[in-house]
Amino acid sequence: MTTTSDTTPMQHSDSVAFVRAALGRIGRYVFIGFVIVFFALPVLWLVTAPFDRAPALRLTVPEFTLQNFRVLLDNPFALRSLGNSVIISLITMAIVLVLASLAAYALSRVHVPGRDLLLYSLLLLSSIVTGTAAMVPIFVLITELRLMDTYLAVVLVMAGGLLPAAIFILKDFMDNTPRSYEESARVYGASSMQILRHVVVPIARPGLATIAVWSVVQVWGNFLIPFILLRSTDKFPAAVIMFTFYTEGGQPNLALISAFSLFFSIPVVLLYVFVNRRYGFRFYGGIKS
Amino acid sequence: MAAITTQDLVKEYPGGVRAVDGLSITIEDGEFFALLGPSGCGKTTLLRTIAGLEVATEGRLSIGDRDVTDLPPGERRVAMVFQDYALFPHMTVADNIAYPLRIQKVARGPRLATAAEVGDDLSLHGLMERRPGQLSGGQQQRVALARAVASKPTVFLFDEPLSNLDARLRLEARTFLKQLQRDLGVTTVFVTHDQAEALALADRIAIMRDGKIQQIGGPRDVFSRPADTFVAGFVGSTPMNLHSAVVRGDSVEIGGARVPLPTSAAGAVADGQDVVWGARPEYLQWSSTAVDGALEGEVTILENLGASVLVTVEAGGVLIQFVVDEDEEPAVGSRGWVVARPARTLLFDAATKGLVGSSPLPSPAPLP
Repeated sequence: MTTTSDTTPMQHSDSVAFVRAALGRIGRYVFIGFVIVFFALPVLWLVTAPFDRAPALRLTVPEFTLQNFRVLLDNPFALRSLGNSVIISLITMAIVLVLASLAAYALSRVHVPGRDLLLYSLLLLSSIVTGTAAMVPIFVLITELRLMDTYLAVVLVMAGGLLPAAIFILKDFMDNTPRSYEESARVYGASSMQILRHVVVPIARPGLATIAVWSVVQVWGNFLIPFILLRSTDKFPAAVIMFTFYTEGGQPNLALISAFSLFFSIPVVLLYVFVNRRYGFRFYGGIKS
Repeated sequence: MAAITTQDLVKEYPGGVRAVDGLSITIEDGEFFALLGPSGCGKTTLLRTIAGLEVATEGRLSIGDRDVTDLPPGERRVAMVFQDYALFPHMTVADNIAYPLRIQKVARGPRLATAAEVGDDLSLHGLMERRPGQLSGGQQQRVALARAVASKPTVFLFDEPLSNLDARLRLEARTFLKQLQRDLGVTTVFVTHDQAEALALADRIAIMRDGKIQQIGGPRDVFSRPADTFVAGFVGSTPMNLHSAVVRGDSVEIGGARVPLPTSAAGAVADGQDVVWGARPEYLQWSSTAVDGALEGEVTILENLGASVLVTVEAGGVLIQFVVDEDEEPAVGSRGWVVARPARTLLFDAATKGLVGSSPLPSPAPLP
């Protein structure tokens, strides 16, 4: 770069590189912008439509009203269905938490031949159990058991579907708890249940919190199983009741649906915030080993 | 307080590996006892079998006058300190120390008072509300010890208690540990692969290899009268010189040179017998003038040990190491004579590797 003639092509290639970089950057931002709009639109609709005098399937600046909530409160099934959802999801969560932590602890500590194969096949099958494919046999099974139109049926099928994944995740947490913690407690005379309560569960608590939230969310949003296994409208959970919100003319009642959607999503958001505050999806600093 | 007695104790793992192979030992009441050996020798398995974390395959185990072979760990009244300390990360130091009392159903008030008392004794004052993750390695170790003390056991079991500390802290903790054991007078068994640690801490040491005990004795015993070449090579900060030799009357022939017959072997060997001659580097002397019955050789390597120097000399095809004071460091390439004192050298049988003609030092407790 000692002569002046060299600098001109250098500057030229510099500016080409600059334009290319700038275009690349613009392209990237435009793409990100589209992605954001794509995901933000439904959320915006969810927040604005319930307060709109005439909600439609588009995004507008709402003509503010609380009339939609009035309609919602007048609907005999709306609030009741939210209560049903709470009952079903909490019972399922409790069953999943208790059974999964016991099973995960046992699988993590006792060497069972073919343990990994068992876990993987359960995991694979679980997506079938709660999925569409097994709905007919499950329907027949529940009918034979005379459990049709009961919460027990929904809770059992949901818990059965969620357990394998929950066990799988929790086993990983428990595998990461050094054995010496438990052995130490054992030497001081702790029983297996005491070890589980005093040592393993507190250490696996972030994992348990994750599983709890995850199972509530799974049950809360599940439509198919309660739709098939429940018959009476007054037992429907929130995810199913929305299906009944039609006007007399057969059109979806958007006023009702939008207001209800907001109610439907708030508990899940609150749950996340609460669990994150209270238990934290985090780990305790252990000891290097 | 209690003695520990094992009788033909065997721990066999599935697959036929005998980690502990028919041990019969007695650990006296109040004794500080070390299980020393290379990794995989079964020392940790023996400790865990005493704790009850492993179930003995055969044989009996008693603590005090109770046969505990079939008792679960919690009923053996032992306390174990693990290599990683196994402090519960979600509990405060106070709760950790008080945990054994919680299992014994002591109410929260009294048990925290005991924890505070024990914690004070182990200079943990002011740390009681912290969690283990906020403590240094040395502090964590003291918490683990405090928890063991708080359970008021009849036996302490330490699994490599010092191995997670850095070198300087380790010396400090070693002194502290010995003091603590003296003060409490509780029978203590500890496992280590560090011979210096075993020599420094223990009243008696059992050196293990492949699930069997090679030798039991006091630190002085195993250092100066190792039962065989394995113990001789394992104990000592610089490995013992071990060389094949042949007995020639009153002397031993090594690589063409002759050194005097070790006094301990006098009368126990025959002329022409194949032996292994052993001499610790610390017990050999260096002379730059000719000495009768010494090994003449050339200095090849110098290794600085701080206040002393480890010198390697090649003498007639064998390498011999010895330690000299830093002021007497010979130059590399210089020639001289390695002088061995008959009282400080040993002979081992070439075939059995056992110590020849030993008149073992009187040991504080005879072997069972």
